[in-house]
Amino acid sequence: MERSEILVTIKDHLEARGIDGELVTEQADLANDLGLDSLDTVELTVGLEEKFGIEIPDTELEGVVTVGDAIDLIQTKSPVGA
Amino acid sequence: MSDRVALVTGGSRGIGRAAALVLARSGLRVAVNYKERADDAKETLRLIEDAGGEGICVAGDVTNEASVAAMFGEIHDSLGPIGVLVNNAGVRRDGLSLNMPDDAWHEVLATSLTGAFMCSRLALKDMLAARWGRIINVGSAAGLRGSAGQANYAAAKAGLTGLTKSMAREVASRGITVNVVAPGLVDTEMTLSLNERQRDALLQNIPAGRAARPEEIAELVGYLSSEAASYVNGAVLVIDGGMAA
Repeated sequence: MERSEILVTIKDHLEARGIDGELVTEQADLANDLGLDSLDTVELTVGLEEKFGIEIPDTELEGVVTVGDAIDLIQTKSPVGA
Repeated sequence: MSDRVALVTGGSRGIGRAAALVLARSGLRVAVNYKERADDAKETLRLIEDAGGEGICVAGDVTNEASVAAMFGEIHDSLGPIGVLVNNAGVRRDGLSLNMPDDAWHEVLATSLTGAFMCSRLALKDMLAARWGRIINVGSAAGLRGSAGQANYAAAKAGLTGLTKSMAREVASRGITVNVVAPGLVDTEMTLSLNERQRDALLQNIPAGRAARPEEIAELVGYLSSEAASYVNGAVLVIDGGMAA
């Protein structure tokens, strides 16, 4: 998956939740810049899992601080069953 | 007809059937879960349809993660995302703690407590996305005061309280409520198996002097599922004819 494609998906998801899409860059800090709390993060994760057909274990979310980190993590995953 | 969908586990009989009916009457489309009693679940659905409601029957063993996932998939396909979850499935395997076999302990915990957890975990995904949800866990007076001969059942029902309060704290900010209804003695097939001595002993402690009808418990479930109950969260609502008074 292309980084840009994943970024657009993240941006769409967050915009649907009322977050200004302009703020959603690879450098943006999920908690401090975008104001996501732990539930928002879970929700984003679930949304991305469904969109890309992947599974992201909670334990792997620990190192995810920025949008770019999330993209890195998603790029390591292949669609389930693919 | 509301767009909202309810899932009632253990909806084939007793409190589950009555709750499914109340929810259907309030305009929800209802998935009636059963494990083995397909005919009883169909009867619940027939009652729903007779009342002008809509729903489906859906098989599923709440103690089995794969079965729960399949059940949710089926409900999503037929009805849509779940807005109201009534964790009602439960079994009794009574006996004194001293003699209680392991499987009697595990089965009761798996159904009432682990089942409620697994169904809630999946339903919360739908509710989080919708920014609205109601989870109603059917507890028991036994979970509050204990019950000789029912250590497994009482432990499972008490466990629901901790599950409920924790989940309520986690998701309250998203328009989701999680509550327990804790009935005392209710006239259902499950309590018909009590022997006369057990029944008399229970009735002596009930100021109302009678058991509840399942419909009376279902009305409280209906209230908790409603818009009106949006500020009731993490609560244990006792409905026991005054037994705990």
